[in-house]
Amino acid sequence: MSPRFWMARQTVIALVFAPLLGGALAVMAALGGGGWVLLPAGVAALAVLQWVIELGRYRTWGYAEREDDLIVRRGLMFRRVSVVPYGRMQLIDVTAGPVDRAFGLATVQLHTAAAATDARIPGLLRADADLLRDRLAAVGEAEATGL
Amino acid sequence: MSDAALPVGTSWRRLHPLSPLVRFARIVVGLIVVAVPTLEAARGGAAGRGRSLTTSLIVWAALLGLSMIGGVVSWLVTRWRIGDGDLQIETGLIRRQSIRIPLARIQAVDIVAPLLGRILGLAEVRVVSAGRGGEHGRLAYLTAAEATAARARLLALAHGLAAETPEPPAQPLAVVDNLRLVLALTLRAGIAVPLLLMIAAAVVLIVAPRAGAIVLSTCLPILFTSAVTIARTFNEEFEFSVSEAGDGLRLDRGLLQRRHETIPFGRIQALRVVQPLLWRPAGWLRLEVDVARQHGAQQSRDDPQRVARTLVPVAPRAEVLALLGRVFAEAGVEQPPGAKPPRRAMLKAPLSYHFLAAWHGARYACARTGRLQAATVVVPLHKVQSVRLKRGPVQRMLGLASVHVDTAGQRWQASMRCRDEGEAEAWLWDISAKARLARRHSSPGSRQRAAPPGVAGPVIA
Repeated sequence: MSPRFWMARQTVIALVFAPLLGGALAVMAALGGGGWVLLPAGVAALAVLQWVIELGRYRTWGYAEREDDLIVRRGLMFRRVSVVPYGRMQLIDVTAGPVDRAFGLATVQLHTAAAATDARIPGLLRADADLLRDRLAAVGEAEATGL
Repeated sequence: MSDAALPVGTSWRRLHPLSPLVRFARIVVGLIVVAVPTLEAARGGAAGRGRSLTTSLIVWAALLGLSMIGGVVSWLVTRWRIGDGDLQIETGLIRRQSIRIPLARIQAVDIVAPLLGRILGLAEVRVVSAGRGGEHGRLAYLTAAEATAARARLLALAHGLAAETPEPPAQPLAVVDNLRLVLALTLRAGIAVPLLLMIAAAVVLIVAPRAGAIVLSTCLPILFTSAVTIARTFNEEFEFSVSEAGDGLRLDRGLLQRRHETIPFGRIQALRVVQPLLWRPAGWLRLEVDVARQHGAQQSRDDPQRVARTLVPVAPRAEVLALLGRVFAEAGVEQPPGAKPPRRAMLKAPLSYHFLAAWHGARYACARTGRLQAATVVVPLHKVQSVRLKRGPVQRMLGLASVHVDTAGQRWQASMRCRDEGEAEAWLWDISAKARLARRHSSPGSRQRAAPPGVAGPVIA
C-alpha cells in the first residue's frame, strides 16, 4: 500500500469527525458546562479509537502476486487471507472515490464467479493500480477457465 | 397446424392454441377467489341497492375478460422456431421482443407440465442458457409430444450433433419411495416439533381444558404453516426419480406439476449431504446439488435453477453415497483420521463442535458443519474459485482459523471451521496448489464424465 493511503484514511476520519466534534462543542457551549463536557470528550475518544483501528487495518492490508494466483491479506480483528487463481478472475474493477482521487489513489477489486470471494486491494497509486489491473487481465486471459 | 409434417421447430410456429387458457388459469382463479366474497358482501350488505351489485359484477367480469383477451393477444403475437444456430422467440404486441438464444450456449432444457397443462396434454419447455444475464427462453405451451421433440432437437443441436439425433437414453439411478418421502418430511424438525407441541397441547386440553385451549390456539398457526410447507414439498418431490443420461442428470418429479429437468455434470459446483436430526435413527440422507449461476441475477419464482437443487429428497445412506460416487467419482463422506478440529474449538463452536470436520484429497475438499443437522459439503477442487483463510478475534485467542473454499455455486462453500492455526495455513496453500493441478487436469472437454460414444459433452461457458 502506498503511504498516501494512510493519509487518505486519516483525511476521511478527520472529515467525518470534525463536524461531529464541532457540533458537540457547540452543544456544550450552548447548554453550558457540567456534564456536557463529556460529549465532545466522547466524540474525541471515538475519533482516536477509529484512528487506531484504521492504522491497524492499514498495516494489515497486503497483497502478493504469485505465479498462478493472487493473495490478498486484510483485517485487524478478523484476519483474512484470500487466494484467487488468475484463471478464475471474471472481471477486475478499478475504482476511485473522491478522497481517493484527491490523493491520486485507486482500489482494485477482483470478481470471480463465486459471490463469497472478496479480494479488494485499496489505496494503490493510480498508476500502480492500472498496471496491476493490466497485468492481472493479461495473466487472467492466458489462464481463463471460466466456471 | 399447416406445417405439422415438418420436424418440430424448423419453421415459425405459434404456441399451442390452448396456451392462454393454461397460462392465465392462475390469474382467473385468483380473480374469482377475490371476486366471489366481494360480490357476496355486496349482495348481503346492500340488500335492495341492486345497482352496486351489478356495477361490481360488471367490473369483475371486465377484469376477467381483459385478462383473457390479454392472454389470447399474447398468444397471437408469439411465435418461435429453431434455426440458424439459435432458438428464436418473438413476442409482445406493443413492445416487440425478439429473443435469440444461441444453441451452443444452452445449458439445459427442462420440461414443466402444470396440472391444467397435464389435463390438456400440454407442457412448457424452458431453456436455460449460460453466461451473464443469459436469456432464459420459455415456450409455454406445446403439446407434450412437441415439447419432447423440441427438447431432443435443442439438446442435440446444442451438443453439436445432427438435429434428428434422439435424446441419449437415460439410465435410472434412484427412485424415491413416496411413503418414505412423507415419513421423512414429517420427521424434519420444522414439522416434528410443532406436531409434538400439538400432541402435548391436546394432552393438556384433556387434563386442564382452559389452559389447553390457550396452548392449542397458539400452536395451531404454527402447525398450519408447517402443514403447508410439508404439502408443498411433497407436491414438489412426489414420485422423485433420478436418472443419468450422457449429458447430465435427469430429474423427474412433481405431483400436480410434473417437471423433467436436466442438470449437466459440468454445471455441478458442489454437492451436499444432509442428515436432519430425526433421520438419524433411520439412517436416511438427503443429497443436494449446487449449480453455477450468475449471482445477483433475479430470483424469479419459477426460476428453474432455484428449484433444481434437490438431487435425492430422502434415501438410505448406501443409495445416497452410490449416487454421490456416480456424480463425483471417488468422492466419499467417510472422514479420514485427523478430520476433526482440535478439542479447544469446542470453546468457539460449542453447539456444532460434534459435527465439525474437514478434509481434502487430490480431487475433492469436504467440510461438515451443523448444529442439529449434519451437512457435508463436497467441492470438486477443479471447480474452486478462491480459497480464503479467516481468523476472528476469539479464534485468534484460541489459535484457530477457518478455511473457506468458494465455488461458483449459489448456496454453499466448503467451510472448514475452527482448524488449528498452523494446519489451516498449510491447508490454504495446499488446497490452492491442488486446485491448480485439478484445473490443469480437467481441461475443457475432458470435464465431462465418461459420455457414451457419439454424445459430446455440453458446452460450458
